[in-house]
Amino acid sequence: MKVLVAVKRVADYNVKVRPKSDGTAPDLNNVKMSINPFCEIAVEEAVRLKEAGTATEVVVVSLGDKACQEQIRTALALGADRGIQVDTDAELQPLAIAKLLKAVVDKEQPDLVIMGKQSIDGDNNQTGQMLAALAGLPQGTFASEVKIEGGKANVTREIDGGLQTVALNLPAIVTTDLRLNEPRYASLPNIMKAKKKPMDVLTADELGVEVAPRLTTVKVEPPAERAAGIKVEDVAALVDKLKNEAKVI
Amino acid sequence: MSILILAEHDNASIKSATLNTVAAANAIGGDVTVLVAGEGCAAAGEAAAKIAGVSKVLVADNAAYGHQLPENVAPLVAEIAKDYGYVLAAATTTGKNVLPRAAALLDVAQISEITAVESADTFKHPIYAGNIIETVQSSDAIKVITVRTTAFDAVAAEGGSAAVETVGSAHDAGISGFVSEEVAQSDRPELTSASVVISGGRGMQNGENFAMLESIADKLGAAVGASRAAVDAGFVPNDMQVGQTGKIVAPELYIAVGISGAIQHLAGMKDSKVIVAINKDEDAPIFQVADYGLVADLFEAVPELDAAL
Repeated sequence: MKVLVAVKRVADYNVKVRPKSDGTAPDLNNVKMSINPFCEIAVEEAVRLKEAGTATEVVVVSLGDKACQEQIRTALALGADRGIQVDTDAELQPLAIAKLLKAVVDKEQPDLVIMGKQSIDGDNNQTGQMLAALAGLPQGTFASEVKIEGGKANVTREIDGGLQTVALNLPAIVTTDLRLNEPRYASLPNIMKAKKKPMDVLTADELGVEVAPRLTTVKVEPPAERAAGIKVEDVAALVDKLKNEAKVI
Repeated sequence: MSILILAEHDNASIKSATLNTVAAANAIGGDVTVLVAGEGCAAAGEAAAKIAGVSKVLVADNAAYGHQLPENVAPLVAEIAKDYGYVLAAATTTGKNVLPRAAALLDVAQISEITAVESADTFKHPIYAGNIIETVQSSDAIKVITVRTTAFDAVAAEGGSAAVETVGSAHDAGISGFVSEEVAQSDRPELTSASVVISGGRGMQNGENFAMLESIADKLGAAVGASRAAVDAGFVPNDMQVGQTGKIVAPELYIAVGISGAIQHLAGMKDSKVIVAINKDEDAPIFQVADYGLVADLFEAVPELDAAL
C-alpha cells in the first residue's frame, strides 16, 4: 500500500505572528519556519503504517518555493521514503492546493492520503475535504485513530459531541487531529540519511493546474485587545464582584 | 442575493448553532433558505421553519444522509447551491466536514469561520490562532462560508413560518459508511451554547479532581471544559477541550481554574463576557485577559467557592 502525505511549511507554532505595520500581510520576516504540526502527525501516522507492514512506501509532497524542501527533508528524516516538491512561488489558497494535490494523486495513485486537518497559518481546515471532492474519494477528517482492515480505512473522528467512526473505501483521504499520535524526534543518523533520499521537483504548469487566488486580502489587523481586570483578595471578594458588579451569578 | 444555510441538526431538532448562522445570513442580507439533510428529519425540518427570518426550508430525507456523511451530503449541497449566491454553515465539526467538499464541487473558495460581515463580498475571519484578523474579499459567484457561531448572536428559534419543501434527489456515493458514534451523555448544557463555563487545566492534577468543578457547574447551570494540557494529560476526554483546535466558547461567565493561559486556549475563550481566573502562579498569562483574577491554590479556593454559591 502506498501512502501519500502532504506537508506544509508554516511559521513555527511557538512564534506569535503579528500583522505587518502597513496591514497588508502577516509579518514573516526572520520568523522561524517549521513543518505544520498537524502535517507532522500525518507523517508519523504514515511511518507507523509502514513500520506495521501495512504501508510499503511513504511519499511526501509539499507545494511552494525551494524553501519547502526543508520540510520535505524533515519528513524524510522521520521515515518517509521519497519527496516531491511542486515548485511555485504563487500565493496558494486551499482550492488551488487541493487541485495541485489532485494532480499529484493522479500521478502517484496512492491507496491512502494523510494530511493535517488544518495549517496553523490560515487555519482554514479545507484542503483535505476539497482534495477528496476533486478526486471523488471518501474523507475521514479530524482523525484520532486510523485502522486499515479488509480493504477499508476505519477512521475514528473527533466530532463536537465525542467520537464518530466511519468506514471508508480505499483509496481515501484522512486528515489528522491532535490526538492521532505523538510524532517522534528525528535522530541524527536519520537526518543524515534523509539527505540522500530521492526528491522530485514538479511545477504547477507541468501539472496543468490553474492556481489563481479567488480571495483577496483587503487587510490584516491585530485582534481587539482585552484589558486586564483586577485581582481579588479572596473567594468572598470574588463572589461579591460576580454578584454585584458583573451580575453574572 | 439568496442565501442557503446547511442546518446543524440531529434529525429530531435544530441545534442552536443554526440560529447563529441565520444571524450571520441576516448580516449579509437576503432571502434565507435552510436545508435540512438527514434521515427521518421531518421534525428538524418543522423546527427550522419556525426560526425567525427563514423564508424557506428544504428537507432532504434519505437514508444516504442519515449520518450526514460528506460524500453524500456535499453533492446535494452543491446541486442546490447553484440557485443561490451564498452557502453558509456553522463552523462545527459537521459544517467543517461538509462545506469545503461542497465548495470544491462548485469550484469556488470557502471563507472559514467568519466573525464579521463587512459587505456583500467582504468578511473578517481570524487566522494564526486568532493573533491576526484578516479581511478578505471574494470574487466567486457563489460564496461558501462557515460561521464562527460565537461571533453572531442567535436569532429567535420561534416566530417564523417558512414554507417546507421536500427535496427528492438522493446522492449516495457508496464509498463511505457510518460505523459507530460515542457521544458523551450529560445533563449539563453544551459547551458551545452554555451561558457559564468552568474549565480546568493541568493544575487540576487528575481527572477525579474535575468533580470539584462539576459540583460548581451544577450550582451555576454551567458546562465543564478543559485546556488542551488537561486533555493531553488524559484527565478528561477531548470533547471538553476549549481552544483554537477544540471548541470556541463565548459565555457570559468563563471560570478558568488551574489554567496558565496558553495562546491556543485563549483563542478559544477570550470573547467571553466576564472571565475569572484562579491560579496560584500570579504571572500566569491567563490573568492578562481575566476580569477577576484570584491568586490562590485551587484546592483551597474551589471548595471555598463551591460553599459560597
